[in-house]
Amino acid sequence: MSRSLKTAFFSALLVLAVAYPVLGLKLTTVGIKLEVHNASPTLLWTIAGCALLMFVWQLLRQRIGAAWDAAPKLPRVPSQASDFLTLPSTQRWIVLGLVMVALAWPFFGSRGAVDIATLILIYIMLGLGLNIVVGLAGLLDLGYVGFYAVGAYTYALLSHYYGLGFWVCLPLAGLMAAFFGFILGFPVLRLRGDYLAIVTLGFGEIIRLLLRNMTWLTGGPNGISSIDKPTLFGLSFERKAAEGMQTFHEYFGMAYNSVNKVVFLYLVALLLVLLTLFVINRLLRMPIGRAWEALREDEIACRALGMNPTIIKLSAFTLGATFAGFAGSFFAARQGLVTPESFTFIESAIILAIVVLGGMGSQLGIMLAAIVMILLPELMREFSEYRMLMFGALMVLMMIWRPQGLLPMQRPHLELKP
Amino acid sequence: MSQPILEVSGLCMRFGGLLAVNNVALQVQEKQVVSMIGPNGAGKTTVFNCLTGFYKPTAGSILLDGVAIQGLPGHQIARKGVVRTFQNVRLFKDMTAVENLLVAQHRHLNTNFLAGLFKTPNFRKSEREAMAFATYWLDQVNLSEFANRPAGTLAYGQQRRLEIARCMMTRPRIIMLDEPAAGLNPRETDDLKALIGLLRDQHNVTVLLIEHDMKLVMSISDHIFVINQGAPLAEGSPLQIRDNPDVIKAYLGEA
Repeated sequence: MSRSLKTAFFSALLVLAVAYPVLGLKLTTVGIKLEVHNASPTLLWTIAGCALLMFVWQLLRQRIGAAWDAAPKLPRVPSQASDFLTLPSTQRWIVLGLVMVALAWPFFGSRGAVDIATLILIYIMLGLGLNIVVGLAGLLDLGYVGFYAVGAYTYALLSHYYGLGFWVCLPLAGLMAAFFGFILGFPVLRLRGDYLAIVTLGFGEIIRLLLRNMTWLTGGPNGISSIDKPTLFGLSFERKAAEGMQTFHEYFGMAYNSVNKVVFLYLVALLLVLLTLFVINRLLRMPIGRAWEALREDEIACRALGMNPTIIKLSAFTLGATFAGFAGSFFAARQGLVTPESFTFIESAIILAIVVLGGMGSQLGIMLAAIVMILLPELMREFSEYRMLMFGALMVLMMIWRPQGLLPMQRPHLELKP
Repeated sequence: MSQPILEVSGLCMRFGGLLAVNNVALQVQEKQVVSMIGPNGAGKTTVFNCLTGFYKPTAGSILLDGVAIQGLPGHQIARKGVVRTFQNVRLFKDMTAVENLLVAQHRHLNTNFLAGLFKTPNFRKSEREAMAFATYWLDQVNLSEFANRPAGTLAYGQQRRLEIARCMMTRPRIIMLDEPAAGLNPRETDDLKALIGLLRDQHNVTVLLIEHDMKLVMSISDHIFVINQGAPLAEGSPLQIRDNPDVIKAYLGEA
C-alpha cells in the first residue's frame, strides 16, 4: 500500500510539474516588457483537479483494473467475420461498391464535398503508389513526397515555359518521376531498412530544397502560379477560353457554372485512381509482383535463385515513383499553384501513415485510411492546432489495437486447381 | 576422366585473422553425387558460400565447365546453373508452396510489363507453362496435396523437399544441398535419399552435398571430400574414406 501511495504521490507531482509551467503560466507583453502571469483560475483548478485525479487513479489502479477485468466485455468482432473481410474476393466487391459511390458522389455531394473528395483521391493515388514500395517490396521510403514534387513541377514548368496541356504532361510527369526514382534508387537500394529510410528522407528534402533555391527556374519559394486546368478534349472549363479554344459551357450551350470545373477535376482524379488500381492489381499477379513479395520475405533466397535484387527493388521504386508523378501533375493542375512548401516531410509522413494505417499491401485499407486521414482534419477545423496531436494519438491507438492496420488483406494466393 | 563440371583449386577465404578455408581443391564430375564432410566448423558452408557467390573468395579459382566464376555476384552464378539450399530453410513462408515454385521461375517467365498488363496470349501461355512445371515438381517431391498451403505451415521435412523443388525450378546443372537431412527423421531421410538419387539419375543434375548423417553420405555419394579446419584432409570413394585413419582421427580425436 505504501508503495502505491508513493507512486501515486509522485505521479500527481509530475502532472503538476509538467502542466503548471506549460499551461498555467502565461507570458504577456506589457509595454516593451514581458511579464509572467498566472493563467485563469479555472485553468489552474483544472490542473489541480487533474493532479488529484492522477493521484486517485494511481492509488486505486490495481483495484480498478481488477474491477474492469471482472466487468462483462463487449463481444469481440468474431474472427470469422474479420477473416471474411480480409479475403481478397470480398475486398474486391467492397472496392467495387466504393467506386460506384465515388462515381455517383459529384452529382449528389455539394461543391465543398466534391473538392475534399478530390483531395482524398489524390492521397489514395499516392498511398497506392507508396504501397508498392513499402507494402509490397518492403522498402521503407520516407522521401516519397520528392517524386510527388517532381511530378507537380514537371507539369508546372512545362505548362509555364512551353504552354503544354495537362494531358500531354501527365505521362511526361510520370516518366520524369520514374526517372528520378531510378537515378535516386540506383545508389541507395543496396542499403537496407533503417539506412534506406534515412537516405530516402534526405533525398525528399534535397528535392524540395532544390526546388526552393533554383529560383531562376522554379520561382523559388513563390513557386509557379496560374497553371492551366485540364481540358476535356480541348474544351476548357474556365468562364472565358484562351485564344483558339472553346469552353465547355459554350460548346454544349449551357450557362457557365463553376461547379462543372470542380466535378470535372474530381472525375479526372477518379479516372487516375481507377487506372492506378487496375495497374497495381495486374502487377500483383505478374511475375514481378511475386518477385517483390519474395524479396521482402527473403533477399538471400532470391539471390540464390538467380533473381537480381537490385533490379527488382529498382522496379518497385521506379513504379512507385511513377504514380507519385501522376498524382503530382494532377495536384499542380487542381491547385493551379505549386510551391516547395507543399512538399515538406510531413506530406511523406501522412502518405506513409495512410499505408500503415490501412494495412500494408491492402488497397481497400489504403482507401479507407486516406478517407480517414484527410477527412478528419477537414471535419475538425476548429482543432486544427491539435492536428498533429490527433495524428499521433490515432497512430498509437492503432498500433495497440490493430497493428495489422484497418483492413489488412490476405494475399491473393495463386491456387493450383486440381 | 572427362572434364569436371566444377573444378575448384587453391580456394582460400580469410576473415580478418581467421583463415576459414585454406587451399581447398575439389573436382566434381557431371551427374554425380559428391559430398563434403568434416567436423563442425570445418569450413564446409564457407566453401559453399564461396562457390555460390555469397562470399568473394580471397584466393583461388572456381571453374564451371572451364569458365572462371569466382567473384561473380550470387544471382549471376545462380543463372549459370549453380543453385543451393540453406542450412536453415529459407522458403518464402507467407507464400503458398506453388507460389514459391513460381517465384523461382522468375528468370524463365515473360516479365514484360505491358504483356502482363494486358494479359497477352503470350503472357498467359508462359504463366500456364510455369504452373505446369511447378505442378510436375510438386508431384515429384510428393507435395501436390499441399500446393495451396502457405510454405511456412508445412512440416519441416516437407519444407526441405519444397526447397529442393524450388531449386529445380531454375533448371540448374549443379545443386548444392547444405545439410538437407538435418532435423529429419529416419523415414524422411530415406525419402530425401531417394529424391537425391532421382535428381542425379533422371534429371541429370550434379549434386554437391554437405551432410553430417554418415549413413546417408556413405550410401549415396559417388565421391567424398573431407575438410578439417578449413583445409582438405582426404578424398575418395565412400569405402576409402571410411577406412582412412586421418578421417577417423579428425572425427573421433586422437586415440
